[in-house]
Amino acid sequence: MSTETKKYELGMHPAMPPPANSVGPVRWMRDNLFSSVSNTFLTLLGLYLVYMILPPFIEWAFIDSVVFGAESRKECLAIMGEDRGACWSFVYRRWGQFVYGFYPMEERWRVNVAFILTAITVAVVLIERLRANKNILIGAVMLPVACYFLIVGGSFGLVDVPTNKMGGILLTLIVGLTGIFVSLPISIMLALSRISKLPIFSIIATIFIEFIRGVPLITLLFIASTLLSYFLPPGSNFDLLLRVLIMVTIFSAAYIAEVIRGGLAAIPTGQYEAADALGLSYWQSMRLIILPQALKISIPGIVGSFIGLFKDTTLVVIIGLLDPLGIGMAAISTTAWAGLSTELYVFIGLFFFIFCFSMSRYSMHLEKKLHTGHNN
Amino acid sequence: MSGMQVQEKKTVTLGSLWRDKKSRGVIMQIIAVIGIMLFLGNIFSNTVENLDRLGVKVGFDFLTEPANYDINQTLIEYDSSDSHFRAGLVGLLNTLLVAGCGIIVATFLGFTAGVLRLSNNFVLSRLMQVYVEITRNVPVLLQILLWHGIIIHSLPVPKKAEAIMDVVFATNRGVFLPQPIPQEGFGWVWIALLIAIVFAVLFKRYANKVQEQTGKLIPAVWIGAAAVIGLPTIVFLLAGAPIEMSYPALKGFNFKGGFVIKPEFMALWFALSLYTGAFIAEIVRAGIQSVNHGQTEAAHALGIRPNFTMRLVVIPQALRVIIPPLISQYLNLTKNSSLAIAIGYMDLVATIGGISLNQTGRALERMAIVLGVYLFISLFISALMNIYNKRVALVSR
Repeated sequence: MSTETKKYELGMHPAMPPPANSVGPVRWMRDNLFSSVSNTFLTLLGLYLVYMILPPFIEWAFIDSVVFGAESRKECLAIMGEDRGACWSFVYRRWGQFVYGFYPMEERWRVNVAFILTAITVAVVLIERLRANKNILIGAVMLPVACYFLIVGGSFGLVDVPTNKMGGILLTLIVGLTGIFVSLPISIMLALSRISKLPIFSIIATIFIEFIRGVPLITLLFIASTLLSYFLPPGSNFDLLLRVLIMVTIFSAAYIAEVIRGGLAAIPTGQYEAADALGLSYWQSMRLIILPQALKISIPGIVGSFIGLFKDTTLVVIIGLLDPLGIGMAAISTTAWAGLSTELYVFIGLFFFIFCFSMSRYSMHLEKKLHTGHNN
Repeated sequence: MSGMQVQEKKTVTLGSLWRDKKSRGVIMQIIAVIGIMLFLGNIFSNTVENLDRLGVKVGFDFLTEPANYDINQTLIEYDSSDSHFRAGLVGLLNTLLVAGCGIIVATFLGFTAGVLRLSNNFVLSRLMQVYVEITRNVPVLLQILLWHGIIIHSLPVPKKAEAIMDVVFATNRGVFLPQPIPQEGFGWVWIALLIAIVFAVLFKRYANKVQEQTGKLIPAVWIGAAAVIGLPTIVFLLAGAPIEMSYPALKGFNFKGGFVIKPEFMALWFALSLYTGAFIAEIVRAGIQSVNHGQTEAAHALGIRPNFTMRLVVIPQALRVIIPPLISQYLNLTKNSSLAIAIGYMDLVATIGGISLNQTGRALERMAIVLGVYLFISLFISALMNIYNKRVALVSR
């Protein structure tokens, strides 16, 4: 500390450091945690809540839990002794079922290859630098077709695997991804015809969309499982999974159509008029001018619908398909693992959380990016 | 915008019709109508043929036949010899009950969490974020099952019931509460309540008028609340407290008497409220953030205190953004209540659509009823919302 006084030009004095209690963690805590009596109380209440929930949960889920070395709940309890933690052994024991369902053991490599191909497709679609290259993009979008042949089999010398053998995460991904990809083109058509100037198209699309959005998915799934066979030509009876896929596709198409309609409504009229002024036909103007912009701003909404659809795939368990929840419920209904419902729900919940949370983060990232791109 | 078209007499051919934008539109619509008709006709004839082949009769006459199944929670009198129609009505009421209760709690939770997420209290905003992210990203079916499991497993059997003050009993067969049974003369209390509410509303209007004209503030909300609570209480006491409590008591293996909240209802209620509350929190947050910060600053510059700023300036403007998605969340909650079937809560789908289904078939008619009711609820509420939107749009611009 120098005590000598320096001479400064008027207004040229360097800024003094702020008082110690108005910066740093102390100030931050005073502003953000203890600014008033009620605020202090709420802070303490919040901390108490965290204290009440977090340590016991960690203890239950990790410290006192058993993963390996138990063949039944009884053995789990024996290993744990006094401290009652979670018994994750059934997840470990039935891991194969959770991932593949009852897909034949020796054919599971096909599912693994399909997983990898799907991961490549998703990566290409999500990463902008790869997406920018048309050839790579088209190649990546063709991969799911290969996945279909891989998983279903029956051609290229692969053994035919009936759909009722498919379950677990495989089933969730089949339902979710098919639902989103097949419904996308349908929903674009629906959105376009709903805002179309031709009244019949608009009426048909409106009735369809409002009907599907007005009823719960579970009723549509019931229709798929019980009624759809009435509507088809007599004698035709097709696969339950296929029927479910049709319903899920229709369902998500109606929701995504509304998202895309919002995107279309956000396009300034000038764009439509400019397209008309250039003499483009309806389809040319849609394909070249309107849809690229509308779809771009709809992407966060579409991702949101996909998250919803992905969560809704759990409903198939009610009509008897074995998604991870169904596999788990079957597991805990055996005598060996009875009574482990909490563990099951937490495990499945974690699986969905990881997927959905990362997707919603990605969608937020997109939203931010699109926002800066469209700075008016 | 089709350009100017000089109408000339020319020979009309199919090609010229197709090239003209207007007539092409008409042709395409006709084709679409024919296509849809053919499609629906095909489905219809298939259905008729299939039903014929299976020897299934179609008709709604089964509604008057006895249902022959029990329902564990009924709001109106019902037993298994009642008709299918009445069973369905019980189911519908159960759906509406859980939806109504869920909506109330979800709204409360959502507004609290949404406002707290924006508070600068670090602990609270983070806690709310954790709540929102966890419940939003986990399937609601799973949450319903989890709550059901927790309630069933953590509460004791009736024999070892957890008693609170010896009148409330929490068991795994439900929470038993004392039920007030109104006696003769209780009608006066209802009338008093009605009068008090009318008075409170009118008084609030009067207070608003006074404030607009003179700037004087009358604590109308407090006076109104005092009237709504006080007047019925006074009448109740004057009438000699015409109410009798029915207390639950252990008889055999279960409690009898009182009022019971079933675990299925509780699980569904909690799960739907928490799930929808998380979505509402995000809507509320976005709504509040959508109000330009200049509005808050302007209010402060006018000397309006912070809580009045929130109440009189920010929230009214935020509500315009909040209410449409809020209503659609209410609809989602109502539709999601159909997952009741997974835990055995007897809602509309479980009565008319599910359990009865296994009994007598009639899948077509039952599904038609269920779909019709849900559609009616959805369309009714969206119609209300459209009216609201129009009103708000007129007021604001």
